[in-house]
Amino acid sequence: MTLAARTARREFLSGVGDTVPLIIGAIPFGIIFGALAVTSGLSPVAAIGMSLFVFAGSSQFIGVNLFAAGAAFPVIILTTFVVNLRHALYAATLAPHVRHLPQRWLVPLGYWLTDETFVIVAKRYDEDDDATHKHWYYLGSALSMYLNWQVCTLIGIVAGGSIENPGRWGLDFAMIVTFTGMIIPAIKTRPALVSVVVAAATAVIANPLPNKLGLIVAALCGVAAGVIAENAQPKPEVQPHE
Amino acid sequence: MNEWLLIFGMAVVTFAVRYPVMLLVGKLPLPERLFQALRYVPPAVLAAIIVPGMLIPDGQTIDASPTNSYLVAGIVSAIVAWRTGNLLLTIVLGMGFFLVYRLILGQI
Repeated sequence: MTLAARTARREFLSGVGDTVPLIIGAIPFGIIFGALAVTSGLSPVAAIGMSLFVFAGSSQFIGVNLFAAGAAFPVIILTTFVVNLRHALYAATLAPHVRHLPQRWLVPLGYWLTDETFVIVAKRYDEDDDATHKHWYYLGSALSMYLNWQVCTLIGIVAGGSIENPGRWGLDFAMIVTFTGMIIPAIKTRPALVSVVVAAATAVIANPLPNKLGLIVAALCGVAAGVIAENAQPKPEVQPHE
Repeated sequence: MNEWLLIFGMAVVTFAVRYPVMLLVGKLPLPERLFQALRYVPPAVLAAIIVPGMLIPDGQTIDASPTNSYLVAGIVSAIVAWRTGNLLLTIVLGMGFFLVYRLILGQI
């Protein structure tokens, strides 16, 4: 093996290794998605198809919930767009690091970008070494998340078909606890707190809106509140040199 | 209705917020305002998903009582996340507490 191939391999494997804790967190999430999807009326093939082609856990959860509630397809697709809009931020953050790569890299890396892989990979790109194979690290993280998601969806589809009344277990709480674990440590500034509180309050007030439109309204209000709060903050004063 | 049409639509909009952004940043002048707003999208969206999930578990009526296991376990999870900042620990303790609490209340 050439030196370059060995370096690529090492980056790939450490990308897989560093993603393991988040893979463990995604396991219940994926299984529950598979079970929920088939109990909400999606065919088993479509359930795994959604994991294969959409590959965005939270929007898949919300998508099958809306599907079960009989929401119109354009509404489900619009909700998916708003919920996944956060990936645009991840993509924009990683863009300067991956821009030099050819399309055959950019397409799969973009396609496989998730919350978990972003958190892991952004940390690796921030490390101040001149390693040239960090995209292999990204690939290792992304691919292991993707494969795990497919396997867990399959397990869930099988389990969902055999468990009587899976809703009784309340396993949809897995999504709530996962997002709680992701969101709380991210609230580091006052505008972020304002954004979260406004989004949460709006979501509860707007809950009676049909088709879960309250989610979109709440997200937009939360973003607007965050921006307004940030712009209203006094700018940090520049200390003059003595 | 064709469920594949739905999957196709969801896949297209999801890919559209990932890949093209990676391609265009640095090539097109994107306003700083846009990035400022985008930074608030993840916390706002996640909060808008989880808080009604805790407070309105049946999707219809607000339940702020201690027998609402989603709310109680959600608060416990939030405290664990706040004190430790550890995602895996939050998931394990939160989910474990949730199941035990439901068992005690006879909800399982």
